[in-house]
Amino acid sequence: MNDITFTTAQARASYLDQLEAESIHIMRETAAETDKPVMLYSIGKDSSVLLHLAQKAFYPGKLPFPVLHVDTTWKFREMIEFRDARAKELGLDLIVYINQDGVKRGIGPFTHGSELHTDVMKTQALRQALDLYGFDAAIGGARRDEDKSRAKERIFSFRNAHHRWDPKRQRPEPWRLFNAEKRKGESIRVFPLSNWTELDVWLYILRENIPVVPLYFAKPRPVVSRGGTLIMVDDERLPLEPGEQPELRNVRFRTLGCYPLTGAIDSTATTLDDIIRETLDSRFSERAGRVIDKDGAASMERKKQEGYF
Amino acid sequence: MNILADPIELARDAVLYSHENKSLLRFIACGSVDHGKSSLLGRLLFDARLVPDDQIETLRKDTGQLTGPDNELDFSLLFDGLAAEREQKITIDLAYRFFATAKRKFIVADAPGHEQYTRNMATGASTAELALILINAQSGLTQQTRRHALIAATLGVRHLVIAINKMDIVGYAQDVFDAIERDFRAFATRLGDVELIFIPVSAKKGDNVVHRSRAMAWYRGPTLLEKLETVDATPRAAKAAFRMAVQWVSRPTPDFRGYCGLIAGGIVTPGQEIVVQPSGQRTRIKEIITAGGELARATIGQSVTLTLTDDVDVSRGDILADAAAPASVSDRFNARIFWMGQSGDTGALAPGGRFHIKLGTAKAAARIAGPIKLIDLAEDAAIKPADSLLSNEFGLCTLELDRPLAADAYDDNRDTGSFVLIDAESHDTVAMGLIERASAEEQAAPVRTSLIGHVALRVARLFGARESHSRSIAKALSWRFTGSFDTFIIGWLITGNSKVAGSIALTEIVTKIALYYFHERAWALVPWGRR
Repeated sequence: MNDITFTTAQARASYLDQLEAESIHIMRETAAETDKPVMLYSIGKDSSVLLHLAQKAFYPGKLPFPVLHVDTTWKFREMIEFRDARAKELGLDLIVYINQDGVKRGIGPFTHGSELHTDVMKTQALRQALDLYGFDAAIGGARRDEDKSRAKERIFSFRNAHHRWDPKRQRPEPWRLFNAEKRKGESIRVFPLSNWTELDVWLYILRENIPVVPLYFAKPRPVVSRGGTLIMVDDERLPLEPGEQPELRNVRFRTLGCYPLTGAIDSTATTLDDIIRETLDSRFSERAGRVIDKDGAASMERKKQEGYF
Repeated sequence: MNILADPIELARDAVLYSHENKSLLRFIACGSVDHGKSSLLGRLLFDARLVPDDQIETLRKDTGQLTGPDNELDFSLLFDGLAAEREQKITIDLAYRFFATAKRKFIVADAPGHEQYTRNMATGASTAELALILINAQSGLTQQTRRHALIAATLGVRHLVIAINKMDIVGYAQDVFDAIERDFRAFATRLGDVELIFIPVSAKKGDNVVHRSRAMAWYRGPTLLEKLETVDATPRAAKAAFRMAVQWVSRPTPDFRGYCGLIAGGIVTPGQEIVVQPSGQRTRIKEIITAGGELARATIGQSVTLTLTDDVDVSRGDILADAAAPASVSDRFNARIFWMGQSGDTGALAPGGRFHIKLGTAKAAARIAGPIKLIDLAEDAAIKPADSLLSNEFGLCTLELDRPLAADAYDDNRDTGSFVLIDAESHDTVAMGLIERASAEEQAAPVRTSLIGHVALRVARLFGARESHSRSIAKALSWRFTGSFDTFIIGWLITGNSKVAGSIALTEIVTKIALYYFHERAWALVPWGRR
């Protein structure tokens, strides 16, 4: 059994309890209705919540599915350390998948641009991994408040045999009746956190004492400013422009991804309380710091159609 | 337990407390095309200061309106998310929006207005406690307004907020507002037990959305946000009998067997007597297990794991129900159907159609038995005979399942009274179904859970089938007198003894009346050869 502490169930039912109960319901439906589910673990705060909810859903049993991390090889070093420590601590059945073909071709965000890098190392890699292991359902931590096209996506989101999402052919999803029926080769992406917002995620992390990557908390870090985005110099692969000098700034991250594509924000938030206060006061949406989401209008919708999470 | 409070803990609790006590309200926003729904929702978020700066910036770029006050932006553009929607400038699919005020968290199902996308509106209404229906003050009630109100009420939405929009264009005139309210109330007698609230608003100018309108002093009711923050959000089934559909059987060790599910009705406590349905086995709740510890009681909406005192047979799809008020078990249900199939083989629902049904966590094969009736939403839900149901139409029909399942009437419990039909070939979800309350006759039939299995149900149904009992008895009597007179004549002719012939005929009357009655009821169950 997992060595993990959960808060005592409250007598009163708050909206966080309702969100939690619904997410647990979704995970149990996925495990029961699909042949070979997997949980995607991207190491960020949403994944941390997802993992915590999964453990609650199947307590006192173990997770009835493995956990998959698609590694683009450009993640922050602290993310990888955190991932390995958590997997060990919780006894997770962790699969790490890297698109070896992309590695051979030397695909990276600086040499090939953010769009191609994301496509090869993230989208293609995910599709390869799902096909390789034959997973017919992938549970992910995406939320509807992240993006306009996500706001329209179902909780059980159907993909054809080529992993394509067809926004015009989405199955209606009334009540809590999720339809997981599909043909061989087709698959389903499941989003138990669909109805959570960024604030809900942080409040829940606070309430449940869920560990998160330290990059979410502010501390002096070496960054360079590029087109208004603060990029952290996480390793020597970041090519410095002539005369460019990393400066030490007190920064943190609101979302985590590939370090060259994730902008930091100036912040003094060093505790969860601080983060929550900052989230409440923020006049900017969460993904404003993501480079890849700005690749043209409707970019998320297109990426999703191609099989991006 | 610590006696001295940890200061960090205290701070933590203060932050949590201010948010945790919020309740959750799900509502659906709907209305005809161009009545200003997206603008109203945008205005609501903007005035409640919930639109981030970078989104306002994007909005400026999208509208090409790079200067001028924020207050006059086109808020509808905050929402339409899919490329096709931006191209056609309409909302096609249901979108979910989230916002929170100091009192509540809101989940908004933003539904499209076009009739061909009504299925998306119905989906959004299925989980909503409140419907926000927009009416353009200039055009008044439309067909689509009525349609949306009828669908929302049918799907169990208890509060209808009718926002009469574009009041600025009609000069904030009270008589315009009053006339629309009168029209709506006259039509709303069709809607049953729902609360109606009428609010005059202007999404464009922000009147009565978050801030009280100065231009409409004649209006004394709540602003839209006030109403949303105070309406009763408790689900109707909170006071209903305990129900839980088993999702997953947890067996981490050989001596532990827990049944996982989300409580769909009422309250459960350890020691409570329950019945496993459809099998009908009775047992008691032993423990209510959650990762946070055992509970002394659990209520509607909680995800729990239950253990039972006896070693009974329970699997996914079964319902655990209060033994004193169990669900009904049958392989035949009358239901209201909302047809969502779109094209080809699933373009229409016709008698004899075969589907997979998902009811709670149970699955079975279902067949549409007997005739279909149309609930005509264009004529205030008048019921008419029909050959089939087309996409976005509501109707009534009877379903026959390949095995008995437990269910409640939808009006009593939204979770245990609802189902979807799935096309066996394409696997698309093609219909929403709402179980109708069983008629008095069906309720009197001894189709109860104490009987075991399918065979028992079949026998029990002998007394509860299509033809009334008095009719079967009348038929038995009329046939018997004709038949027995014939027996008497033949007996007399053969034996030449009228006494012997008479006693044979009289005995036969008694025994064969009984036999005929059962024979007739048995045939009533056989659909073969019927037209």
